[in-house]
Amino acid sequence: MNIQKLTIISTLEGFRTKQFTAVDLVQECLANIKKYNDDYHVLLTVVNEDALLTEAKEIDKTDYSLPLSGIPIVLKDLFTTDGLRTTAGSKVLDSYTPVYDATVVRKLKEAGAIIIGKANEDAWGHGSSGENTDYTPTKNPYDPSRVPGGSSSGSAVAVALGMCLVSTGTDTGSSVRLPAAFCNLVGLKPTYGRVSRYGIIAMASSFDTIGHLTKTVYDNALICEVTAGKDAFDATTADIPVPKYTAHLAKTLHGVKVGIPKEYFETKGMDPRISDLTRKAISALQTLGAQITDVSLPHTNVAMECYYVLVPSEVSSNLARFDGVRYGNGRDTFGAEAKRRIMIGTYALSSGYYDAYYNTASKVRTLVKKDFDDAFDRVDVIVAPSSPTLPFKIGEKSYDPLAMYLSDIFMCPVNIAGIPALNVPCGFIDGLPVGIQLIGPQWSEEKLFQTGNAYELHTNHRD
Amino acid sequence: MDIQHIAKLANLFINKNQQDLFTSQLTAILAFVSKLQEISTENVEPIAQVTGLVNVYREDMIDESRMLTQEEALRNAKATHNGFFVVPAVL
Amino acid sequence: MNYTPIIGIEVHIEFATKSKMFCGCPADHFGRKPNTITCPVCLGLPGALPVPNKKAVEWTILLGLALGCTINEESKFDRKHYFYPDLPKGYQISQYDQPLCSNGRLGNIHIQRVHLEEDTGKLQYVDGMTLVDFNRSGVPLVEIVTEPDFRSVEEVDIFVKKLQQIVRYLGISGADMEKGSMRIEPSVSLRATAKQSLPNYRVEIKNINSFKFARRAIEYEIERQTEMLERGKTPIQQTRGFVETKGMTVAQREKEEAHDYRYFPEPDIPPMRWEQLTINNLQLTIPELPDEKKKRFIQAYGLSDYDATQLIETRERANFFEDAVSLGEPKTVANIIINRNVLMKEELRGFLKKVETVSEDELQQIITQVLAENGKAVEDYKSGKEQALMFLVGQVVRQTKGKGDAQGISAIIKRLIV
Repeated sequence: MNIQKLTIISTLEGFRTKQFTAVDLVQECLANIKKYNDDYHVLLTVVNEDALLTEAKEIDKTDYSLPLSGIPIVLKDLFTTDGLRTTAGSKVLDSYTPVYDATVVRKLKEAGAIIIGKANEDAWGHGSSGENTDYTPTKNPYDPSRVPGGSSSGSAVAVALGMCLVSTGTDTGSSVRLPAAFCNLVGLKPTYGRVSRYGIIAMASSFDTIGHLTKTVYDNALICEVTAGKDAFDATTADIPVPKYTAHLAKTLHGVKVGIPKEYFETKGMDPRISDLTRKAISALQTLGAQITDVSLPHTNVAMECYYVLVPSEVSSNLARFDGVRYGNGRDTFGAEAKRRIMIGTYALSSGYYDAYYNTASKVRTLVKKDFDDAFDRVDVIVAPSSPTLPFKIGEKSYDPLAMYLSDIFMCPVNIAGIPALNVPCGFIDGLPVGIQLIGPQWSEEKLFQTGNAYELHTNHRD
Repeated sequence: MDIQHIAKLANLFINKNQQDLFTSQLTAILAFVSKLQEISTENVEPIAQVTGLVNVYREDMIDESRMLTQEEALRNAKATHNGFFVVPAVL
Repeated sequence: MNYTPIIGIEVHIEFATKSKMFCGCPADHFGRKPNTITCPVCLGLPGALPVPNKKAVEWTILLGLALGCTINEESKFDRKHYFYPDLPKGYQISQYDQPLCSNGRLGNIHIQRVHLEEDTGKLQYVDGMTLVDFNRSGVPLVEIVTEPDFRSVEEVDIFVKKLQQIVRYLGISGADMEKGSMRIEPSVSLRATAKQSLPNYRVEIKNINSFKFARRAIEYEIERQTEMLERGKTPIQQTRGFVETKGMTVAQREKEEAHDYRYFPEPDIPPMRWEQLTINNLQLTIPELPDEKKKRFIQAYGLSDYDATQLIETRERANFFEDAVSLGEPKTVANIIINRNVLMKEELRGFLKKVETVSEDELQQIITQVLAENGKAVEDYKSGKEQALMFLVGQVVRQTKGKGDAQGISAIIKRLIV
């Protein structure tokens, strides 16, 4: 049994046919943690070994009938876990142990998953590379001198290095999809309101979505079945039934209209090899029966500006509760990027500037959303590159916050519009992974999984 | 931009060494986002809720499932006294 | 130089809902051990999210309707930011530019707005330590803001008492100043009587725990500001705290600059939309309010203004009257209820029997006469001499030839004198 070759579905199969046990699998996870964690700085907290083995033993006594029986999972450290240290990647919460579970954590536990540990990340979700962690930055397993993408950096690498089979993340501007692209994984950013945010430490309340990273599209669809759904504790979750996402995956793409946003391919600073690889992926979709059309998203060129007003504003508000009285360390413990975002946000909301910044950006948000709504009147799925560049070198962008912000250029418009997107691996350049983004209208995760699955079966970019 | 004034509003302390660096970085970011001013947003409504949801409430009922004991509530505090949180002297 | 007081008030009332505004913790926090009714939401733990209490929203609308307000079809919550240890999230969820209710009236006073928000925790100072208790954090509060239409302390007194009565009639709060479920913050300034424009400053007063203290605080402020203006100085715009023990206001040590609350729409709570039909249905649930009831009592039962006012003081008493009035003459029944504080039919029947000896009306007349004829004794009693009361009771008993009972007479006299 080699965890690198396993998926959730083949694992459950392996358990049920007694090829190996949950204990075996947990032991392999722990072995990989011992092997890699010190060098790659993936997990900030690992659950006690004895506790893990005891849990796995209990599961081995069952008939593995739960959706995720015995599946080892790593949670991004923004996920509140009862009794298990939660830092948000920040020294402010260095010794914080929550007294309650996030809704998604509860759901994963109830589905039988085994929580292995908490993943390193850009502190508070602020970043696209993992370098803004207050701890030591996580490294990319394909090239340790490069970044794994962020902010769910540890989550991606944990799956890539066999420390677990699936990991959770949050995606506010790119934070699940970019690390998925940089580490050759399938990463979902769900529709805003599809998955409960209760218990997930908030970054930007009207942008945060709760996603996950897996090796295959099927696995990803399976996790989504568990985590999605209305939650009485989160007033922004929609009362829309959760389809059985795994039930309709083996489809071709006949009749699927795919849109290619012309503005994205006109972006300055885009690596031409990535454009080529993306176009190859689009051809593959065509071969599978999809109809390819051009679409236009005219407000692409102001999406980042809109994002970097609204998100820091909400950040400055959500981080106001950290005053060191009820939990955590004092506000002087915030890192530089957190302080920057808090101050930009405070400025944008302040008296005399609210109209020029926050209110204007809120209106531009409506325009960005409308671009997508209009495009989806004509197409079912939009395909775009995930990143304009290959995984960059550690330190390459971290000196210049603006340069870092531009890594998100193809991704943050999706968060502005509140729509879902799926990163699917589409090949390698110089040994480094590249991903493509499948973007759909609100509540269209099913369509994204179908499209991604057809593409994945056809191309098979797993190592 | 008066960085000390913003820091005060944000309850953050920026020391003299960081002041210049922050000022230039923040000024650059603001210059970046000021492009928004050039867009015509007349007759555009700011987005209220991207989900389109309205009127989400809970019934007026006591829910004991989430209530914390006094010990749980105080557990992560640095200083407590007879069941109260103690506010650090310098806040 | 003559000065006219220009006064506006802000009233906060704690709703008597079962649960808090944004979570399911009990809202009844009075007398509990510290930090024993909290949850991740009202404690402001990382990751917690607010979900609004529907009853609290409905009651805000009810109050707005009772105060003649327009109910805004589109409304929302906003975040109001400031840092203070009793504010766990670093912002209060309140309402800014789209409150639930606006533009109402009570008597001659215009009501600017009625909106909904959450309460903070409580600070205490012990042994040089600042302590916080979050039991009260998240309790629903309705805020009523008036225009600066008051011109005297008496007007404020009448208004707040009336407001308290309406709130109690609606059954939405105990509205008890001493328990903190009703809080008043007056803003006081003075303008030269000859002038028309509003003064260019105003002073907000906090820490008022009873109607009596509200009067005292406003009176003190008027004196203080008059004295300053007469010396040619404009009072500073500031917040002052009322010091009970000294009957005066003092400047608070807090920062004087205007707060920049950095309001923006609360992203965690979808906006509210109240259709006219739903509002109309809510309007139907409003019970008969004090003023209407009083008018009806006077017309239907031929009662005096005084009697009617006494009967409608609480909804309980008014309801009892209507329930029991068939047992005797309306005026007699009214007198017994008012003078003897009776709220049980059996007790009422008992007094109705006694009436055969000395009618309540007669008793009332005799007492009134005795008080008129014994002015000095009345003054003596007012200044604290209990024997004066006994003297007066004695006089009445003599006049009724021993048929009235001393206890009842004593109660009636006290009532009439106060």
